[in-house]
Amino acid sequence: MSESKDTQGELWEVFLQTKKGLPFKHAGSVHAYDKEMAIQNARDLYTRRGEGRGMWVVPANAIVAVDPSDDSSFFDPADDKVYRHPTFYELPEGIKNM
Amino acid sequence: MVVEELEVLFQERIDANEKIEPRDYMPDAYREHLIRQMSQHAHSEVIGMQPEGNWITRAPSLRAKKILLAKVQDEAGHGLYIYSATETLGITRDELIEKLHQGKAKYASIFNYPALTWADMGAIGWLVDGAAITNQVSLQKTSYGPYSRSMVKICKEESFHQRQGYEVIAAMAKGTPEQKEMAQDALNRFWWPSLMMFGPHDSASPRTGNAMKWKIKRESNDVLRQRFIDKTVSQAALIGLTIPDSDLKWNEERGSYDFGEIDWDEFWSVVKGGGPCNLKRLNHHKKAHKDGAWVRKAAVAYAKKYSNK
Repeated sequence: MSESKDTQGELWEVFLQTKKGLPFKHAGSVHAYDKEMAIQNARDLYTRRGEGRGMWVVPANAIVAVDPSDDSSFFDPADDKVYRHPTFYELPEGIKNM
Repeated sequence: MVVEELEVLFQERIDANEKIEPRDYMPDAYREHLIRQMSQHAHSEVIGMQPEGNWITRAPSLRAKKILLAKVQDEAGHGLYIYSATETLGITRDELIEKLHQGKAKYASIFNYPALTWADMGAIGWLVDGAAITNQVSLQKTSYGPYSRSMVKICKEESFHQRQGYEVIAAMAKGTPEQKEMAQDALNRFWWPSLMMFGPHDSASPRTGNAMKWKIKRESNDVLRQRFIDKTVSQAALIGLTIPDSDLKWNEERGSYDFGEIDWDEFWSVVKGGGPCNLKRLNHHKKAHKDGAWVRKAAVAYAKKYSNK
């Protein structure tokens, strides 16, 4: 990035935790020049109505994603392992608390 | 895979109501249509801050001032949600702004009308946001994932906007005779431009075909306009205001209101730059962007110096 070029900053992805104890979920993205500004901009943009109790902000270029063109082959090792689900198992009639 | 096959698969996904995500295959024309529509939408949110921003310093009470500030801040937020969603299509924020400044990207013509009185704050929230909500509720089901998600978030926030506008105009309508007259005048000036927000008739809207086929648009301009009219007429009556359309009449058979013809010459004239505030709105945006350049530069320098990324 050259000194003189006008820029609106890098892209950051924002993850919000709506309540303590819940998982963080992607909320959207934000532009900022550094960490501090990223977290302040994200607060102003995504938590104006108390949507967040926790927040992660991550440089978008640090995220590693599955290529959508081969996502089916990437995930298919799980497809033939039905025995990983509790419904796979045959249990005697009348069993309780399982 | 050759392009033809990819396009067939793409259309199958659309027909099955699957959402398209940023890195999925999409035809160039789909991408271009989205960039045009979404950037116009984002620019509208941002330019829309101007007529209301105009009244922040003149709000009649501290309560009204706080509410208006929050609303204008929301509009900035909405612009940013949609800009971010547009950027996932492979265009930068800087390019989007540049196209606006060059006049290659549009924004909603409604913001080229001035906000002359406090009652206009009511009419804008009630009618302009009301029309926008009608459109955006429909767009929640648009086929492009990031656009759809930004619409869901925006719709949640917009209903406050419409209610605050209605509260303002309702208060004016039951005030002094002069205040009531201001409320009626605001309705008179904003009614037709609000109906124009839905765009030309379906028969005169050349891009509607593709937009519907690709499920970018889920309902046509005329359908959405009719829905807005049907839900707004009784809201005017409730506060004793008269909608400025002598042809407005309940049609029992259709279960909808019939209404008069929109002045399409005015519509196209404002779209093409002939509205009362076109130049002012764009120049203000350019100036704000230019005046802020040193802040962006300083922020880059600061980030570099402390490299706290």
